[in-house]
Amino acid sequence: MTAPQPLTEQATPRYRGLENRRPQRPPIPFVPDPDAVEAAGPVFGTADVGPFDADLTRQHPGEPIGERIVVAGRVLDGQGRPVRGQLLELWQANAAGRYVHRGDRHAAPLDPNFTGTGRCLTDDEGWYRFTTIRPGAYPLEECANTWRPAHLHFSVFGTAFTERLVTQMYFPGDPLLAYDPVLHAVPDPAARRSLVAAHDPALDEPMYALGYRWDIVLGSR
Amino acid sequence: MPATPSQTIGPYFHIGLPPFPGGSDPAPAGHPDTVTVHGYVRDGAGQPVPDALLEFWQGGAGFTGFARVPTDDDGHYTLRTLPPGGAPYVALCVFARGLTHHLFTRVYFTLPENDPLLRTVPRERRGTLLAKPDGAGYRFDVHLRGEAETVFLEPRAPKGRRGYPQR
Repeated sequence: MTAPQPLTEQATPRYRGLENRRPQRPPIPFVPDPDAVEAAGPVFGTADVGPFDADLTRQHPGEPIGERIVVAGRVLDGQGRPVRGQLLELWQANAAGRYVHRGDRHAAPLDPNFTGTGRCLTDDEGWYRFTTIRPGAYPLEECANTWRPAHLHFSVFGTAFTERLVTQMYFPGDPLLAYDPVLHAVPDPAARRSLVAAHDPALDEPMYALGYRWDIVLGSR
Repeated sequence: MPATPSQTIGPYFHIGLPPFPGGSDPAPAGHPDTVTVHGYVRDGAGQPVPDALLEFWQGGAGFTGFARVPTDDDGHYTLRTLPPGGAPYVALCVFARGLTHHLFTRVYFTLPENDPLLRTVPRERRGTLLAKPDGAGYRFDVHLRGEAETVFLEPRAPKGRRGYPQR
């Protein structure tokens, strides 16, 4: 039996996406222009967020199966200032590693009490907060035996359209992180670490849920 | 502070990024100026991309100005919106399974010679940014790669970093 080989900088089957979808020509830089449409962005408000949108464990009559967690953090701009009143969206697999999506064929059970989608607005300090279930790992269909580590998909809007961000958050100590081609699509180790949350006892809800802290920094504009 | 890196949208984004608010129809209902913009997202082999997500943003008074439109099984999308007001274009952000980073571009309705950005785009590629009138309204295809590759735009990178580090 051979020991598993963690991905290294030298030998990383880095996920570069689907080649046929990857542009070949270098992008053209935006011209600095305060009147550019992209210098602003859509504004969302409380009407866009429902009362149970930030608590994924309370969207159905019963409780979902799995380990309850709190995921919270601040959304900051490149200068470290809070990004206020912006929309975050979250989607994820259930505790068994299955998405409520017609394309997900993983042979794991759906949970009738878990949809796996949430949204919230950041507060005046840039804080967001979700209560959810820790997602399960799942195998990639196109690979013989490659499992995605537990992760949450996040979508974030900034004050400028160019700050738009869609990314994934991971959990600390997950042994699958070392082998995940998607995480390793990010070449810089420090940037990869910035996608891994930290357990934060201050965010724990005693006798109820473990707390994870994950801050998000939007592109400097 | 270094920006949080982007990751692929993956195959299951439809559940988390629903077409709201206004969906593919951000123009106020019954507005007489409503225009239809439609087209296909295609890959380098010319194949339609059925799992792309297009986000349009145009500001403008009186309506949200934001729309989120997934491509259908044929790689086609349809947007019903109002013509852009102050600028000759609508901003567009393209996501798709298999892209490690979303792509910015613009949908121009005219190509003014004095547009600050267009002046930096090689003349022979400017046509990829133009929505062309057709029977249904305006046609705008996104070519992710290949001969007709759409011009994509890059936000200014924070110091010492490229804007699209995963490219």
